[in-house]
Amino acid sequence: MLPLTPIFAEASLIKMSGLDIAIVAIYFLAVLAIGWYLKGRTSTGEDFFLAGRSMTAWVAGLSFLAANLGALELMGWAASAYEYGILAAHWYWIGAIPAMVFLGLVMMPFYYISKTHSVPGYLQLRFGEPTRAVGAICFAFMTVLMSGINMFAMAAVMRVVLGWNLHFSIWVSSITVAIYVGLGGLTSAIFNEVLQFFLIWLGALVIPILGLTEAGGWAGLKAQIIANLTNGDSYLHMWSTLDSFRHNPMGIQWTGIVFGLGFVISFGYWTTDFLVVQRVITSKDLRSAQLAPIIGAFFKMAVPLIVILPGLIGLGVFNHHGMQLVSATDAKPGQYTYNDVLPLLLVRYAGPGLLGLGVTALIAGFMSGMAGNVSAFATVWTYDIYRPLIRPLMRHRPAPVASRTETPGGPVTGNAVELAAEDKHYLAMGRWSTVIGVLVSIGTAYLAMQFSSIMDYVQALFSFFVAPLFGTILLGMLWKRATPAGGFWGLLAGTISSIGMWAWVKVQPSALAIIALSHSAKPMAQDMYQALWSWCICVIVTVVISLMSRPLPDDRLRGLVYGCTEIPHSRDLPWYQRPFFWGMLALVLLVILNVIFW
Amino acid sequence: MSEQKSAPIWLFIGLLLLVYGVLCLIGGIAQFSHPPATVLADKHATFWGGIVLTLIGGGYTLAYWPRK
Repeated sequence: MLPLTPIFAEASLIKMSGLDIAIVAIYFLAVLAIGWYLKGRTSTGEDFFLAGRSMTAWVAGLSFLAANLGALELMGWAASAYEYGILAAHWYWIGAIPAMVFLGLVMMPFYYISKTHSVPGYLQLRFGEPTRAVGAICFAFMTVLMSGINMFAMAAVMRVVLGWNLHFSIWVSSITVAIYVGLGGLTSAIFNEVLQFFLIWLGALVIPILGLTEAGGWAGLKAQIIANLTNGDSYLHMWSTLDSFRHNPMGIQWTGIVFGLGFVISFGYWTTDFLVVQRVITSKDLRSAQLAPIIGAFFKMAVPLIVILPGLIGLGVFNHHGMQLVSATDAKPGQYTYNDVLPLLLVRYAGPGLLGLGVTALIAGFMSGMAGNVSAFATVWTYDIYRPLIRPLMRHRPAPVASRTETPGGPVTGNAVELAAEDKHYLAMGRWSTVIGVLVSIGTAYLAMQFSSIMDYVQALFSFFVAPLFGTILLGMLWKRATPAGGFWGLLAGTISSIGMWAWVKVQPSALAIIALSHSAKPMAQDMYQALWSWCICVIVTVVISLMSRPLPDDRLRGLVYGCTEIPHSRDLPWYQRPFFWGMLALVLLVILNVIFW
Repeated sequence: MSEQKSAPIWLFIGLLLLVYGVLCLIGGIAQFSHPPATVLADKHATFWGGIVLTLIGGGYTLAYWPRK
C-alpha cells in the first residue's frame, strides 16, 4: 500500500499562486476534453493507430517535434548548457537537422509508399518476419521501460521544483495520458502534442526575453560569461574548440560530433525511432509526409532559444551574482544543481500567471513525451507483436489483413465481415494495450524508485538498438541487393556489438580510450563512438551476408527500395511547395547558424 | 476520421490560449499595484504576455470557429 503522504508537503523551488494553479488545472481539463471529443471520431484501427492518415504537414510536423520535446529534455539540456556552454546546441543543430531533412526527402517516400503502419512493419516488408520480431520486441520493451524511467525522473523533478509528492505526480499524469490516448488514440495524442508544443514555447519564452534584458543583450551575456569563468570563451564557441578533446568543456572532438552525433546517433533516432516517425506517417499524402519533418527541422533549429540560451543565461547571470550551481554528485544539502537552472530562472523572472504557464509547459512537455511512448507502444504491440505472433496461435490460422501483404507468403484475405470484426478486435486491443502500457510504465517508475541505477541501464539499452537499426533500414531502402538474412544478422550483430562495447567500458573503464580513440575522451564521447562502431559492424555484416545469400526479385521489392519504386516527383509544383526547396533552405540556415557561433 | 469531421486542432489551441491570455491579463493588471518579487518586475511581463496570448488565442479562435 502506498504511504499516505501529503501532496504538497515538501519544500520546493517554486511557490505557485492561485492563478498559477488555475492555469495548470485548466490544462489538465483541456487535454481530457480533447480526448473525450475525439473518442466518437475514432472508430477504426486506422483512426486509432494512424490517426486516419489525415494529418496536414503542419500538424504532423509540430507533433513530430513535440513528441521529442519532453520536460526532461528542456531541463536536461538547459543543465547541459550551464555545464558545457553552447556546445550543447550541437544536439539541436547538426545532431538533428540533417537527419530530419534526410527523413523527409530520402526515407519518407519508402515509409509512405509501402503503406507500413510502423517501422517494424517496414522491416517485415523488406526483410521478413524474424527481423520485424527483433525490431518490434526490442522497441516495445524499451519504449515502456523508457516511459516509466522518464515518469520517475519527472516525478522526482516535480518533487524538487513544485514540492509535489512522487506518487501524486506519477499517478495523476499517467492516468491523464492513459485516458486521453485510450479514448482518442493517435489523433488525440497528436492533437495534444500540438497543443503542448504551443504551451512549451509560450511558457518558456519569458526566460530568454527577460534573461537577455537583464544581462544587457547577447553581447552583455557573453561578456559576463567570459568574466565569470576560467576559459569562459570556450563556452561560447561551437566548433573552434573541437580540434582536441582537451580544448572544450565537454571533452569531445569534432569527429565524434560529426560522425557519431551528426550521422549515426541523430539519423538513427530521427529516421528509425518509431516514436517520432509514427507522427509523420499519419500525414494525408506523400508531400505532407515529406514536408512534416522539414517543418519540424525549422522549429528544432529554434529550440536552443528556450533551452540552450537559458543555460547560458544562468551561467552569466547567476555566476555574476555570486551564485554557482554544482553537479548533482557534488551537491551538498541546500546547494542548487545544474538541473535546477531552468526552474530557478523561471522563479527569477516569472510572476503569478507566467509562472503557471511555465509550470504548465514543463508538465505539457512531460505528458507529450509519455503520450508519444504509449501510442507508439500500442501500435507496435498490436500490429507487430500481437497480430503476427500471438493472434494466429489463438485463431489457429493467420489473421486476415486487408491491405498490402505483411506476411512473406502473400496476402491473407478475408471477407468484409471478417475483416471488420478483426479491425474491431484490434481497436479494442489498441485501447487495452494503451492502458497496459501505462501500467507497465508505472511499474517501471516504481522499480526505478527502488533501484536508481536501473535508469542508466535502460537508457543505455535503448541506445544499443537505434544505431544498428539505422544501418539496417538505410541499406534496406537504398540497396536492393540487401537480403532478409543480411538484414537480420546485421541488425543482431550491430546490437550485440553495441552491448559488448558498453559492457567492456563498464567492466574496464580504460577501454573508453580504445573505443573513443583517445585517452582524453570523457564519458560523453562513449555514446558517439559506440554508436558509430555498432553502425559500421551492422553495415559490414549486412553487406557481407547479403552478398553470400540469394537476392530478392525486384517485384518483391516494389515500393520498398530505391530503384524498384516509382517515387512521385514534385517538379510540377511551384518551387515554394516543393519539399526539396524547404529541405535545402533548412540546411543552408543550419550552416549559417554554425558559422555565426563557430 | 471515419464518421464525422473533427474541429481543427487550431481551434482548441486558440480557445486555450485565449483563456490563458485573459487570466494573465487580469493577473498582470493586478500586478501594477502589487508587483511580484521577481527580477525586472517593472517590465510587467505578465501583462504583456497576457496581451500576446489573448491576441494569438483570439485570432486562432476567430479564424477556426466552425461556420455553417
